[in-house]
Amino acid sequence: MDEETRKYLEEKARTLRRHIIRMLAEAGSGHPGGSLSAADIVTALYFRVLRLDPRNPAWPERDRFVLSKGHAAPALYAALAERGFFPVEDLWGLRKLSSHLQGHPDMRKTPGVEASTGSLGQGLAMANGMALAGKLDRKDYRVYALIGDGEMEEGEIWEAAMAASHYRLDNLTVFLDYNGLQIDGPTSQVMSTEPVEEKWRSFRWNVIPIDGHDFGQILTAIEQAREHLGQPTMIVARTIKGKGVSFMENAVGWHGNAPTREQAQKALAELGGEPVSE
Amino acid sequence: MGKNVATRDAYGEALLEVGAAYPEVVVLDADLSKSTKTAKFAERYPERFFNMGIAEQNLMGTAAGLAAAGKIPFASTFAIFATGRAFEQIRNSIAYPHLNVKIAATHAGLTVGEDGGSHQATEDIAIMRAIPNLTVLVPADGVETKKAVWAAVRHQGPVYLRLGRPAVPVIFGEDYDFALGRAAVLREGDKVALLATGIMVSEALKAADLLAGEGIEASVINVSTIKPLDVETVVTFARRCGAVVTAEEHNILGGLGGAVAEALAENCPVPMVRVGVRDVFGRSGTPEELLQAYGLTADSIAGAARAVVRRKG
Repeated sequence: MDEETRKYLEEKARTLRRHIIRMLAEAGSGHPGGSLSAADIVTALYFRVLRLDPRNPAWPERDRFVLSKGHAAPALYAALAERGFFPVEDLWGLRKLSSHLQGHPDMRKTPGVEASTGSLGQGLAMANGMALAGKLDRKDYRVYALIGDGEMEEGEIWEAAMAASHYRLDNLTVFLDYNGLQIDGPTSQVMSTEPVEEKWRSFRWNVIPIDGHDFGQILTAIEQAREHLGQPTMIVARTIKGKGVSFMENAVGWHGNAPTREQAQKALAELGGEPVSE
Repeated sequence: MGKNVATRDAYGEALLEVGAAYPEVVVLDADLSKSTKTAKFAERYPERFFNMGIAEQNLMGTAAGLAAAGKIPFASTFAIFATGRAFEQIRNSIAYPHLNVKIAATHAGLTVGEDGGSHQATEDIAIMRAIPNLTVLVPADGVETKKAVWAAVRHQGPVYLRLGRPAVPVIFGEDYDFALGRAAVLREGDKVALLATGIMVSEALKAADLLAGEGIEASVINVSTIKPLDVETVVTFARRCGAVVTAEEHNILGGLGGAVAEALAENCPVPMVRVGVRDVFGRSGTPEELLQAYGLTADSIAGAARAVVRRKG
């Protein structure tokens, strides 16, 4: 990856993070921690990888992205707005009655959202179905999904994990947003999920461990997944919950609490760019 | 069609028909394809059949993903697992986004028989009926099952199709006029309206014969679309007869009896009796023994009709 691309993606990711903070402050509720930890992966996908047409969201040849950890919806919405699926101004209506931006992604309300998710564990199975359909129709679109490490505690994830390798879904690439925290505390304390890489390998997935905030590693892993035949790929992305905002980083309390206006201003100042005046 | 046909068998045959007509029809099962009768489709169209193993949550979620990519998936397993184990996948992955998945659940009700109460879904209609966007169909025989499968394919949106295990009497000719959302009037009489669904329709017809012998003329109405309920027909016959009996192979809570009671309470309250499983679990036995033991017979319906007619003002 050249330096220009890196700078471009880093700037986009910063824009997404600023949108996330502003959206959540406007909404007064929502999930900053997991949105910020996923922001770099979502940025790489929407601004370097996914084959999309914002003017034709239902284009049959498009790549699909399923945000299985649907509570990170602000990251997805920010990317969709920046890609032109709907106006950036829509973001400030998040979670409000008049808005199409639901608390968790709704494929019937928001252009560009591929699956209604938010109830954890369900998105990976839906991604499997899309990948199966792609195989059946001999289409070359690819299916991407993002799951959380807490989400791995859901049984349906492992049902879907078995099925994806059974059906050799090599058109499916999944990211694990491995930030190590869930609502009640560190994942290692709430419900041990380790050894994570071995688990996915034993389910016969192609497993690629990376730093989920390093664009070079994200893009290289996606390229390796594309070239890997006969198996689905799990990119185990080590991330920092709340990444980019010092007082939110690695703090359990920022899973599902929106920042106040003062906290939001402090976060935006850290993220750089123009200050937001209200 | 033969004299007695299991609705699951008719479903298996109907899948071959719609599979030939619609290339986008795909079928998923959860290791029960020989019992749900999807095995025939699997044999004919192996590339369009997906066995998901004993994993009903993933069965429904994968069906949702296939539908999102333009397929018309039929997802089959036993009613207890479809509506119980995978309830939330049906709600959130399928119905909430209004995806075009057809959930064809076999082995519903007591007539599962010897496998016992753990496997006898008597609450599935109530569960499915409470989910927005979902159409709920309960065909009465093999002929209606085939027509319901065709109607489900033509309907854009999620459908729950309730099917049974044992062979049951074929009561309709091939010319039977099935329309999704419409209750079918099978017999007309003014004293009492017998509203039945599924295998209880043939029992209701027998009950009407018994009652006619006593001078009680009954209307018999096949309510095969539980949702959306044909409120107009239900209310018309409640008004005309002034007394209603519902009959279903399901808990009296939340199923056909519940739906009819809700409609009548708001539109046309009349004396009513619900024939069904009286809020208890089933047990092992032959289907015939169980229907007898739990009062799901023509005699029970006739008895309920006599009682409700006496309550008329």
